[in-house]
Amino acid sequence: MSILVNKDTKVICQGFTGSQATLHCSQAIEYGTSIIGGVTPGKGGESHLDLPIFNSTKEAQQDLEIDATIIFVPAKFCKDSVQEAIDAEIPLIICITEGIPTLDMMKLKQNADSAGCRIIGPNCPGVITPDQCKLGIMPGYIHKPGKIGIVSRSGTLTYEAVDQTTQAGLGQSSCVGIGGDPIPGSSFIDILQLFEEDSETEGIVMVGEIGGTAEEEAAEFIQSNVSKPVVAYIAGVSAPPGKRMGHAGAIIAGGKGTAEDKFLALEKAGVHTTRSPAKIGDEISKLV
Amino acid sequence: MNIHEYQSKQIFKEYGLPVPNFLTANTTEEVLASAKEISDTNWVVKAQVHAGGRGKAGGVKVTDNLKEVEEFADKWINNKLVTYQTDDQGQPVSCILVEECTEIKKEFYLGAVIDRSTRSLAVMASPEGGMDIEKVAEDHPEKIFKVFLKSPSVGNEDHLTLAEGLELSEEQTKEFKDIFRNLVKLFFEKDLSLVEINPLVLNGSDNLVCLDGKINIDSNALFRQDEILELRDISQEEEKELRASEWDLNYVSLEGNIGCLVNGAGLAMATMDIIKLAGGEPANFLDVGGAVDEKRVAEAFKIILEDENVKAILVNIFGGIVRCDVVADGIISAVEGVGVDVPVVVRLKGNNSKIAKEMLGKTNLNIIAASELSEAAERAAEIVK
Repeated sequence: MSILVNKDTKVICQGFTGSQATLHCSQAIEYGTSIIGGVTPGKGGESHLDLPIFNSTKEAQQDLEIDATIIFVPAKFCKDSVQEAIDAEIPLIICITEGIPTLDMMKLKQNADSAGCRIIGPNCPGVITPDQCKLGIMPGYIHKPGKIGIVSRSGTLTYEAVDQTTQAGLGQSSCVGIGGDPIPGSSFIDILQLFEEDSETEGIVMVGEIGGTAEEEAAEFIQSNVSKPVVAYIAGVSAPPGKRMGHAGAIIAGGKGTAEDKFLALEKAGVHTTRSPAKIGDEISKLV
Repeated sequence: MNIHEYQSKQIFKEYGLPVPNFLTANTTEEVLASAKEISDTNWVVKAQVHAGGRGKAGGVKVTDNLKEVEEFADKWINNKLVTYQTDDQGQPVSCILVEECTEIKKEFYLGAVIDRSTRSLAVMASPEGGMDIEKVAEDHPEKIFKVFLKSPSVGNEDHLTLAEGLELSEEQTKEFKDIFRNLVKLFFEKDLSLVEINPLVLNGSDNLVCLDGKINIDSNALFRQDEILELRDISQEEEKELRASEWDLNYVSLEGNIGCLVNGAGLAMATMDIIKLAGGEPANFLDVGGAVDEKRVAEAFKIILEDENVKAILVNIFGGIVRCDVVADGIISAVEGVGVDVPVVVRLKGNNSKIAKEMLGKTNLNIIAASELSEAAERAAEIVK
């Protein structure tokens, strides 16, 4: 078992012929991911990476059975691409693109919810189930099949947690980057719920950061709904207020969203926390 | 992106929100001429900077004496205003807002912001206007009234919760309804991330007027907000942060003495945190992003080194897709090319990290190679002790 994606997941890529999409799709295919086609408007009928190109998601759907889409479309046009995926009712929409306006995400999230689609991201590294399916920009080789579920708002910090759990011999069931934007398609809670239900996941690593209250909400959820051990790390204890720390959503605004508040909320809910990003692997090892 | 108060008020006007008559001026002569045009008897003059707390810092004056208007202009134009929200250098003043005086019967707060947890627009009002709203939220949360909207379409009664919270009369509630509608329209049309009117006042003739205005725009949406983009005033932005952004580097200056160069925003914050755990103090946040190429790494070193406090630099790169030996090569060339004169601790993780470590160890440069994150932080902290 795993969450969201596995070896049978059939995937298309939107923005297929762009340079980033080409690089990461090639790697995904090499990793064993079942990518079955792509979308680039105006290039329908041609082929790329030996796979068919379609003009639209709708068109792709007439020919293919699609479980998931991965989107690499530039921010300017990304709203339309995500909406296209929602209109085609693709169950899983993974959006890598950084820089989508927040008000667009507000609308897209509402539309996805009513259509029953799940969005992961935007502004995220994607999703991976080790040795089965890699849908994102993460380096595949650091992952190892195993029992830890990882959910994170940051890309490279996810890799850090992956590397440490691999070194500790635990491996990962699945890893999900929910992204660094103020309104993500999926929250910590959505992913925690999936890990809780997944029989293969024995422990969960949650990597949060300053800004918003998603970690506080997750803390409450864990307390009453998650039976598996969770280790949490929050980045940005030393971040100054009022400054955006790279990610659109990583900002302490009006005294709210500090790392300290998040640590306290998690600890109060009985979640194991670590103040050191280098000790994530050690901490989860003690618990599973 | 932030804009000035006078720019916010200009936008308010376009959207039918009531603001006092005002003019702007860039020289003392212009300020005086504007003042004479605005009123014969009394004026409000306000220094325009991207920071709050101007009133307490002397950047706002209400007067019935034209001489004082002149003195105010002389004092602030081409000078810097320091408030509790600026650094100790302050923000440069190049523009003065000259406004008619408004008689104030009551002060309210009205604002709107994206509420992340409900994924909606939160419009907030409070009868405690003119005060720091964060303080009101802390001391008297019951005095803040909120309405949550999922879309720009405003219902006929959406404003009522707020109007009742402000204890407005029937006539004022009608005025407020328009203000509320227009504010929401403005928020969605201009891609704002925050708008605040503090205070919104009841004037001498019992009409509502926006006496102050603060607008922040979602930077991600600037590609479709050409008019807003023209309002950008780079004189208000931190010089190093501005230059970093031109190179697509995310840089935030901090107080410590260990410079940081990291790929990824989360890892960059984590690197700052672990430096602190090791007993050091980070000098900056710097995310070089996904493509760790030599040119941008060199530029990042230059920006970090402009901070005279920096006594060591910690480079933390999680290789990912890019091979570590390629990254190491870039770092070595950059350190050499820029002439970095402080010790550089480098931790590279990922493909070929062993080869990379050997490469870094072999140079004649002041580079210290570390394998683990905590080890790297400890080495850097030791150096600056």
